[in-house]
Amino acid sequence: MRFTLNGAPGDVDAHPMKRLLDVLREECGLTGTKEGCGEGECGACTVLIDGVPVCSCLVPFAQAENTAVVTIEGLGEGHPLQRCFMDEVGAQCGICTPGMIMAAYVLEPSASLEEIRVGLAGNLCRCTGYSAIYRAVQAAQGNA
Amino acid sequence: MKTAVSTLELRRAHSLDDALAIMRSEHRMPIAGATDLYVALNFGTLKARRFLDIWPLDELRTIAVVNDRLVLGALVTYTSMIASAEVRTRLPMLIEAARQVGGPQIQNRGTVGGNIANGSPAGDSLPVLAAADAVVLLRSVDGERRVPFTAFYTGYRTTVMQADELIVAVEIPRVVGAQWFRKVGTRAAQAISKVVVAAVRSPSPRIAVGSVAPTVVRLAATERALAGGTSLDDALAALRGEIHPIDDLRSTAEYRLRVTENLVRRFWSETS
Repeated sequence: MRFTLNGAPGDVDAHPMKRLLDVLREECGLTGTKEGCGEGECGACTVLIDGVPVCSCLVPFAQAENTAVVTIEGLGEGHPLQRCFMDEVGAQCGICTPGMIMAAYVLEPSASLEEIRVGLAGNLCRCTGYSAIYRAVQAAQGNA
Repeated sequence: MKTAVSTLELRRAHSLDDALAIMRSEHRMPIAGATDLYVALNFGTLKARRFLDIWPLDELRTIAVVNDRLVLGALVTYTSMIASAEVRTRLPMLIEAARQVGGPQIQNRGTVGGNIANGSPAGDSLPVLAAADAVVLLRSVDGERRVPFTAFYTGYRTTVMQADELIVAVEIPRVVGAQWFRKVGTRAAQAISKVVVAAVRSPSPRIAVGSVAPTVVRLAATERALAGGTSLDDALAALRGEIHPIDDLRSTAEYRLRVTENLVRRFWSETS
C-alpha cells in the first residue's frame, strides 16, 4: 500500500486493520512514535496524516493509503521544538514527548498560552506537570 | 491490542452507492474515524470481525442549511463542526459539546455519525441532538428513511437501524430559545462524562441527559413541569422520578442524580 512517509514515497505490505502505530514501528522501523494507552486517551502515538494530528493507535493502516504521514522522525534532529523541549526540560521520561511535539508542531506560531493548552489537551504527561512543556512550545515559537 | 489483527477483515467503500450495495450483500460493521472501534479492539470486547470502511466517502462530509434545517453529513468531524459558521450560528451547544470530546486528535477523527451509531449513553453530542429534536437520515439500497433522534435508540447500544442501513446525515431544525450545554467529567479534556446535559430554554423547555440511563434521555416529565410553570423544586421532584442512574466505574447513582439536579437548576437560572 502506497503512502508518503516523512516526505518520501512509501510502499508497505501490512494488514489493512493493523494499527498505523504498529506499521510505523514494526514495518517501517520508526520507533520514535510511542504507544502509551492504546485507546486514544494519552496522545503519545500522535502523528500527522495530511497535516492533521491523530492518534496512530486508532487508525487502521488502510486509511493511510495515499495520504502523507509525518512522524517525529520527519522533523529531523534539530527542529526548534526538539531543541526547546530539551532546553526547557519539557521531557523527563520521554514517552509523551514525540506525541507532544507532533501536536505542538501544527499550532500557529502566534498561538497564545491558552491555545497551546487546548492544542495539547489530548496529550498526557505524567512527569512534568505541563509547565515546562508549555514553556518549551512558547520558546520554540520565538525560534521558529 | 488484545484482538488479533489476523482475525479481522476490512473492505473499503469508494462511494455511497458502493457502500450501500456492500451492506446489502454482506454483514459488515461500518467504520469511519475508528476512535471507538480501536478502543473495543484493544480491550478485546468487540464481537464484529468484518468491517466496511466508509471514511473515504467525501459526499458524507458536507455541512449545509437546507429548508431552514442544519444538515450534517455523517462523516462531519468534531473539528469540522467547531470550524463551521453554520453550526456556530444555529447550534452553538453542539460546538460546546464538540470542544469537550477527547482532545484535538479525537476531534479530528470522531464523527457525528459515529457518535450516533456507537450509541454510548455517554456520547457527548447525543444530548445536543436529543434536545434539538434532530432527525437521523438512514439509507439503504431501497431508499432513505427519517427517524426522530429521540426514537432512534431501543436500549443500551441498540437502535432501530437495519443491518443494511447506513446513517448518512443528521438534520437539526431551527432551535428557538437559549441553548445550554454542560459536561461533567473527571477533568476538562480526555474524560468520559459522569453526567452530560444539553438544554433549550423556550416556552416548551427541552432537556436531554447522557450517562444517567442505558441511552441518552429527554426529561419529559421535568420539561412538562417547567413548561407548566411549576416551581423549579417541583420540577426537580419530577426529575427524581424519571431518571434512575446506576453505579459504575465512572460514578455513582447518587452523584449522578445530584449533579443532574444541579445542572438543571443551573440551566434554569443561567437562561432565565
